[in-house]
Amino acid sequence: MSDVLTVPRSRRNVEAALLLLAFAVAVGANFVAGLEREEPFNDYFWRQASTLVGMGILVHLILRIRAKYADPVILPIVIALNGIGLAMIHRLDLPRMENPDFVPVAPQQLTWTAVAIVAASVLLIFLRDHRILRRFTYISLIVSAILLLLPLTPLGLEINGARIWINVGFGTFQPGEVAKITLAIFFAGYLSTNRDLILLAGKKLGPLQLPRFKDLAPMIAAWLVSIGVLILQRDLGSSILFFGLFMAMIYVATSRVSWVLIGLAMIGVGAFIALELFSHVALRFDSWLNAFDPEVYNRAPGGSQQVVQGLFGLANGGLAGTGFGQGRPDLVTYANSDMIIAALGEELGMIGVFAIILLYILLVSRGFRAALGTKDGFGKLLACGLSFTIALQCFVVIGGITRLIPLTGLTTPFMSAGGSSLLANWIIVALLLLISETARRPVRTAAPSEPAAVLSASGRGALPRRPKEGSR
Amino acid sequence: MNQAIRSAWVVAIGMFALILGSLTYVQFFEAEELNTNDWNNRQLYQDFGRPRGAILVDGKAVAESVPSNDQFNFQRVYNEPNLYAHLTGFYSLVNGSTQLEQASAGLLSGTSDELFYDRIVGLLSGASSQGASVELTIDPQIQQLAWDLIPEGQRGSIVVTEPATGNILAMVSKPSYDPNLIAVHDTEIAARNVEQLSAVPGLSIYRNPATESLVAPGSVFKLVDAAAALESGDYDAESQIPNPPVLPLPGTTIGLPNYVNGTCATRTTADLEFALEQSCNTPFAQIAWDLGEDAIQEQARLFGFGERHQIPVAVEASQFPSDLSQPELAQSAIGQFDVKVTPLQMAMVASAIANDGVLMKPNLIKAVRAADLELIDSPSPEVLHESVSAGTADQLTEWMVNVVDNGTGRGAQIPGVEVAGKTGTAEVEGRGDNAWFTGFAPAEDPQVAVTIVMEDVDLATGSQLTSPNAKQIIEAVLNQ
Repeated sequence: MSDVLTVPRSRRNVEAALLLLAFAVAVGANFVAGLEREEPFNDYFWRQASTLVGMGILVHLILRIRAKYADPVILPIVIALNGIGLAMIHRLDLPRMENPDFVPVAPQQLTWTAVAIVAASVLLIFLRDHRILRRFTYISLIVSAILLLLPLTPLGLEINGARIWINVGFGTFQPGEVAKITLAIFFAGYLSTNRDLILLAGKKLGPLQLPRFKDLAPMIAAWLVSIGVLILQRDLGSSILFFGLFMAMIYVATSRVSWVLIGLAMIGVGAFIALELFSHVALRFDSWLNAFDPEVYNRAPGGSQQVVQGLFGLANGGLAGTGFGQGRPDLVTYANSDMIIAALGEELGMIGVFAIILLYILLVSRGFRAALGTKDGFGKLLACGLSFTIALQCFVVIGGITRLIPLTGLTTPFMSAGGSSLLANWIIVALLLLISETARRPVRTAAPSEPAAVLSASGRGALPRRPKEGSR
Repeated sequence: MNQAIRSAWVVAIGMFALILGSLTYVQFFEAEELNTNDWNNRQLYQDFGRPRGAILVDGKAVAESVPSNDQFNFQRVYNEPNLYAHLTGFYSLVNGSTQLEQASAGLLSGTSDELFYDRIVGLLSGASSQGASVELTIDPQIQQLAWDLIPEGQRGSIVVTEPATGNILAMVSKPSYDPNLIAVHDTEIAARNVEQLSAVPGLSIYRNPATESLVAPGSVFKLVDAAAALESGDYDAESQIPNPPVLPLPGTTIGLPNYVNGTCATRTTADLEFALEQSCNTPFAQIAWDLGEDAIQEQARLFGFGERHQIPVAVEASQFPSDLSQPELAQSAIGQFDVKVTPLQMAMVASAIANDGVLMKPNLIKAVRAADLELIDSPSPEVLHESVSAGTADQLTEWMVNVVDNGTGRGAQIPGVEVAGKTGTAEVEGRGDNAWFTGFAPAEDPQVAVTIVMEDVDLATGSQLTSPNAKQIIEAVLNQ
């Protein structure tokens, strides 16, 4: 515990300096994006720049007041990612502007950015301590269930065969994005409470300690949720994400490899069932393995054209990229949402995408660092689960785009066009910031706060009384 | 729990490492292969995004790129589309590019090595690279005249060349088409247009009939026999060749006849002058038997048969068959059986005879100009073959003049101008004949060679559309 002895520093000034860098990246990217095709410094440019800078400073100030020991790297990284995403979405709008019916996506995304950051700020101001969330363990479960079921109600919308959206009047919303947070809260609450029970019981089989059947219940529940999402909503990506989230959290809670093995076996069973029963899953696999087969390429729907065009984009970018605004990322369908990494890879090149992925690695690592530092099991599990989700989501999306694994429709955190994803990820950021604050906040030694006073008073009381030297 | 957190972190980093690896694979190791994939039309979009050089005829653009308001910055436009379609070809998104658009693609798009210097200048000055313009040897008036001389609905080609240089002054074929229909960027409309065009009988949008369609030459091939005969030294103007009305073909029950109602029947032996004048079949069959297959084939080769030419568009190789039986050789000698020529090939035969036996390489390009009109290249005439000796060429010219003066080519006579020519009628199984005329004028100093073929016609129409039309074209060229 040597770090306790060092003078704790808030590092808010480091954050301020890094924020300036992030602003430069975000505003610079937006400027370059419009350079070729529109007036520089137009209305939208200023709106985007002022929103990002204003919102970034807002969160920074809230942190200075409310959570001054929060991790200083997280906010600048997320601002930079969000800004690069906005710039690419704006850049992809430009070639389509001539179509009078086209509604540009970037302004909507900018509005969602503001909404998401306000939501994160509200959370930072009113939540103050993440441990309060533990009280909502079972409520979170119910909320998760409702969120996941919403798209199946008459509110739901089916787009491209997946039923994961709902109509919220002014647009569409993907409740599953928020459900990954509420599920993480439930898992964290449930596992931190029942951890000891799960750990102690169970038979040993060689080096593996097998869990009791009843302790497997939450895992089976998670598995059913994932399969349910896959069957009812036809959303392979979210299904993988939910199950991966749960596996990571139960492993961290128990440190048992047996759980992971059981989980993997269940994934295998699930994947087999899905492949056998559901044509859309089988088609995804076929498009992955035989992407360059002409028949598969031209198949509609479910063909490999999207992934192959994405690969062409990445290849066109090569090492150094075509330069912002110089490539043709607009040739790829969903270039501004699911495929945004292909667009960035084309114009910023391998070097640019590596830099972006490095930002994700840093972000995820800071999340895990918060998990290590915080004292309570609930916080550890929550921070781990949320950080791991970001990593897994990046893996599933970028792995799909590069044909490492089958392509599934998931957003790239903070960058893809999509309000619900942005909102959910900013809430995750707020939670990670709060947890990191408890991890880095100095143990109350010097502060003359009330509990410390009580401790010192009782301590003095326990000591044997000694005659005062001066009384003589 | 902290140890498990570290392990989970390692797994997360492992996932990132995997995607870094797969990105490296796609963007670095596999990039080249992906960039050249057939389905990858990024290169195409890049090409279409640049102004492409024009194809010019007498300073006027017959094909040019004009700014467009769609996702590509430029639309290829063909002015006088039908007249020049078979020369320019088209430059399209889905159907590729053809003819000059393909053959001169490097110059037109500005990527050719010849334009290296201009590209460097463009790079340094910041100007976007522009393609070079290609100016054709075509004479627009002759081109238009030749076009008008093929009636609508008639299949046929006319090739007009300058014998001394090989320059092509006119090259038209019908049926033709409008390349704008294929160059349109909307792929659905383009596909529909291509489908409609493919239903036009006798039309292929991928083939210029004058350079790529192989047809039976019939009697115009006798020029090759006559050249071989003279070159062999076994024959001269005095040689008398048996001229039976029907030549029995060994091993068969059929014979090779002369034209039944013609003048050939008036003589039982013929010299070459008479045999050419009246286009008698039996003397040439016997010449071929006498000289042998190899001699005829070698003479054909010297006229340009058996090889593909780049003018710069690709010219199909004309064929004289090999391993022939005696009956087959007899039929081949009169331009039947498996003898197949392009209209341009017969123009080359006439041009070589006109040019003292020297065959010049046919050529369509007069000049290549950079975007700033600076002359980059103007091809100089190239000798392709010494087809026959000057003496042989003179003798053949004299006989061809006789064909127009007294024989089958009288329709091409021009008062005050000696016209040399040879007609032909090739029988095609299952449909009408191919009617031919190939010749040049003036005989003493040839300025122009004209080759006309009309396909699927009856005898009367065929002779109406060949020699008299050649006369009109020769007059038009000489009167300029």
